[in-house]
Amino acid sequence: MADTIILEIARYSPERDREPTFKSYEVPVHKDWVILDALNHVKDKVDGSLTYRWSCRMGICGSCGIMVNGEPKLGCATFLSSYAGTGNKVRVEALRYFPVVRDLVTELSDFLAKLKKVKPWLIPDNEPPLSEGEFLQTPEQLENYKQFAMCINCTLCYAACPVVGLDSTFVGPAAIALAQRYNKDSRDGGTQERTAVLAHPEGIWGCTFVGECTRVCPKHVDPAGAIQQYKVEAVLQWARTLILPWGQKKSQKTREEAGSAAAD
Amino acid sequence: MDALMHDVLLVGGGGAGLRAAIAAAEVNRKLSIAVVSKVYPMRSHTVSAEGGAAGAVKPDDSLEEHAYDTISGGDWLCDQDAVEAFVKEAPLELLQLEHWGCPWSREPDGHIAVRAFGGMKKKRTWFAADKTGFHMLHTLFQTSLKYDPITRYDEWFVTKLLVDDGRVQGVVAIELMSGKIQAITAKAVILCTGGCGRVFPFTTNANIKNGDGMALAYRAGAPLKDMEFVQYHPTGLPFTGILITEAARAEGGYMLNKDGYRYLQDYNLGKPEPKPVLRSMELGPRDRLSQAFVHEERKGRTLETPYGSVVHLDLRHLGENVINTKLPFVRELCLKYQNIDPVKELIPVRPVAHYMMGGVSTDINGATPLAGLYAAGEAACVSINGANRLGSNSLPECLVFGARAGKAAAQFACEQSTANGKVAAQAEDERRRLENQFLRKAGGKERIATIRGEMQATVEKSAGIYRQEDFLLEAAGKLHDLQERFEDVALDDHSRTFNTELESALELGFMLDVAESIVQCALARRESRGAHQRTDYPARDDRNYLAHSLVFRNADGSSRVEYSPVTITRWPPGERIYGQQSAAKGEQAKTQEATFAQEKQAS
Amino acid sequence: MQQLTNAPLYTEYHPRWYRPHVSVYWWLGQWRYLKFILRELSSVFVAAVIVMTLFQLRALRNGPEAYAHFQQRMQSPVIIAFAVISLFFVVFHSITWFNLTPRAMPVRLRGKRIPEWMVAAPNYALWAIVSFIISWLVLGGRG
Repeated sequence: MADTIILEIARYSPERDREPTFKSYEVPVHKDWVILDALNHVKDKVDGSLTYRWSCRMGICGSCGIMVNGEPKLGCATFLSSYAGTGNKVRVEALRYFPVVRDLVTELSDFLAKLKKVKPWLIPDNEPPLSEGEFLQTPEQLENYKQFAMCINCTLCYAACPVVGLDSTFVGPAAIALAQRYNKDSRDGGTQERTAVLAHPEGIWGCTFVGECTRVCPKHVDPAGAIQQYKVEAVLQWARTLILPWGQKKSQKTREEAGSAAAD
Repeated sequence: MDALMHDVLLVGGGGAGLRAAIAAAEVNRKLSIAVVSKVYPMRSHTVSAEGGAAGAVKPDDSLEEHAYDTISGGDWLCDQDAVEAFVKEAPLELLQLEHWGCPWSREPDGHIAVRAFGGMKKKRTWFAADKTGFHMLHTLFQTSLKYDPITRYDEWFVTKLLVDDGRVQGVVAIELMSGKIQAITAKAVILCTGGCGRVFPFTTNANIKNGDGMALAYRAGAPLKDMEFVQYHPTGLPFTGILITEAARAEGGYMLNKDGYRYLQDYNLGKPEPKPVLRSMELGPRDRLSQAFVHEERKGRTLETPYGSVVHLDLRHLGENVINTKLPFVRELCLKYQNIDPVKELIPVRPVAHYMMGGVSTDINGATPLAGLYAAGEAACVSINGANRLGSNSLPECLVFGARAGKAAAQFACEQSTANGKVAAQAEDERRRLENQFLRKAGGKERIATIRGEMQATVEKSAGIYRQEDFLLEAAGKLHDLQERFEDVALDDHSRTFNTELESALELGFMLDVAESIVQCALARRESRGAHQRTDYPARDDRNYLAHSLVFRNADGSSRVEYSPVTITRWPPGERIYGQQSAAKGEQAKTQEATFAQEKQAS
Repeated sequence: MQQLTNAPLYTEYHPRWYRPHVSVYWWLGQWRYLKFILRELSSVFVAAVIVMTLFQLRALRNGPEAYAHFQQRMQSPVIIAFAVISLFFVVFHSITWFNLTPRAMPVRLRGKRIPEWMVAAPNYALWAIVSFIISWLVLGGRG
């Protein structure tokens, strides 16, 4: 393994630059260093103006998303040594398809607005008082949505999705996966409300199943799967409203789920 | 400068902060609530908590038992009225979170599952797989989106509390995105900024845990309580600080010094057996293991690595199968974040600073002595954790006291008139200070990273696992020097837009104040209790020190330590019993057996 | 996106965010994106094959003369080349479709999710069976 590696980092300061330029920094390679450690090394010892987000250093807070050689990655989960052979250069930029505020820091207000738009909170049909205890939920029912609940909001999926890049109104993979997390939660009754928001071209129908979002997700949430499943369900829901115009109640939904669970 | 105005202002948007915001919104929907956080709320350090949250709900359990475990685990420094309120409200808060959608792990019949945890004599720890804090924080964040009265100020860094007329009137904060320095006035301010692990060189804490709220309160004249009590976890990776769970030792891991010797046998922790034995060797109490490490280090029997001295945790003899089925998360963390494979390699570990029992001194409702200032979560010290926190108590602490502080602050705000205009001048002063000291300054020769490194080394040496007077005095002097050198710090980054170097400098300033308070409190407490171990005063002294230490900042910038009594209601101080001593006692031995069996299963 | 040349670079406290322009040729940047675009384009060839089959049916209906004329047209080198390319794209389309189906339809048996290849396999099996039957009918019928 080589002793040092060259990091080409995109630098952008709106007070000075019109667009990002690349600056090279030589950093030592240690077996247990990740890209984030290299960035910290540069900031502490070489150039204190290098700007990036990070916090937990263990892939759970979702702050450190960056592009490494054109791939969206978490800075804390990408080892320097895996690039030590590739001509000894690593290109580091801010996450693609987001506006860049400074160096490697992206602007996330749009993403947060999209998260809020899908109503990512529990909408139970009726909420018993706390004195009656918890909603019952079997481990199988928990499995139904657990995978979609693992999202750390790192936005790597947005950096991978070409639809996000081409259409800024597209709600995006993480937001739809989060909506599905609640739709599939047995305690929730808000599917229709969320579908009313998402069954549109800027919602689930904007997705063309490129599948890159699932590939880059560090937590194996499978947002592409979530969206395609939502498409199937949205069509079935629409068909049901056509055939049963007097409306679909949550009780019917749970009966169906119980029915399919029994059939399993 | 235009002032933004709100009724209740939260500094920090983690578990405690979001819970307090929701509680305040529920007191009165007409209140305007601001959550001001230097990171987006889902990045708060609550997210990395793994183990679980304790709540006594099962029929074989009782509030009294939970309270007793907490109080005895805290070496009787806990305020018992606060503990009683805590154990009563913890299950309700956890249930409320469940109603908000938190995916707690379940029994096959659909009820909440609980598991054992170190120090708890009954199974009462609720958990959401091995990512309890993550699920709790995301549930709170997503639920908070429902509440219109809550306005979030994401990535705004609070630099100072505005105080006038003996009352807190708001904060001054930098909007990181633009660099604009703004005053945000509020009738009540709640500090929920978490702990201060980054004062130490080896810590499980994230980069953002710099004791911001503690320093803000301290500088504003509110006292900090019990700052000398710092909890260490005996096995953390030295470089990243990632926690290696106790379960790795419970499955049969060995701890070896640099000669490959299971050194724990030298410290009255039993004899080395091939299989793990309860209460013995690697399954001994956490603080005894941390102390053994310090002794080994002093004898020169630990390994020196570029990241500090370590011992080794050996899991290789367990085999790949056992590791993959029983300890998959340990293997994943080591491989993914530090490139070490426990199946083939020795894991370097050392004690790492984990939790701060001390914090901003508050009463049972989160109120500090400074009117209008509240605190909750790890940033506060009520105190329910006393001299040593039990595992799985800190997540419910955020919820219970977050809710209490939110309610209390909201009620206080309802009774107040609007803040007066004098704070505008203070805010201008702060803006000028920041510009002169950091942004516009030419010259200066100190680098932030250098001062930070020296501070961390000083604190670890003097206020680490073992403390003694001469090291503490030396540290006090050294920290004073560092404070002076900090005045001479130079930034490379003079930009206004998202200046993280300025942020680091301000955080360093906070950490230096917090470090000083830790050292002063440790110096003043001449006994050993819980997590505070003095080699020169090894015994517990209930006569003189069954009291909380309160550290205040004097007008000249120095500090003074006072004491305030501990509230004892039902449980008079007893002895905190460890494995060895109880071996001879029949009934007690059985209970201890149960305790350590639970520690073995602890996450 | 060009900025007005007389607009100031920076106004205090109002940083200009850099918005990178996404090129119309974005899909050439990565082979995975290229593969995706080809997958989507394959539906054009699927449609083309269906249209050719419709013409074939019409020729059948119109009698042996029309059908002979049709067969003659099909033998032109351009049409043969097009047919070969279409065959490749139809096969590509089917494989990618079958491989993606399990993502959209998680099947749970006794609480556990069935692995993806088990959901895709019946599709392949059915494809093989139907193809075999049709080939046997079309080719075997001659003998």
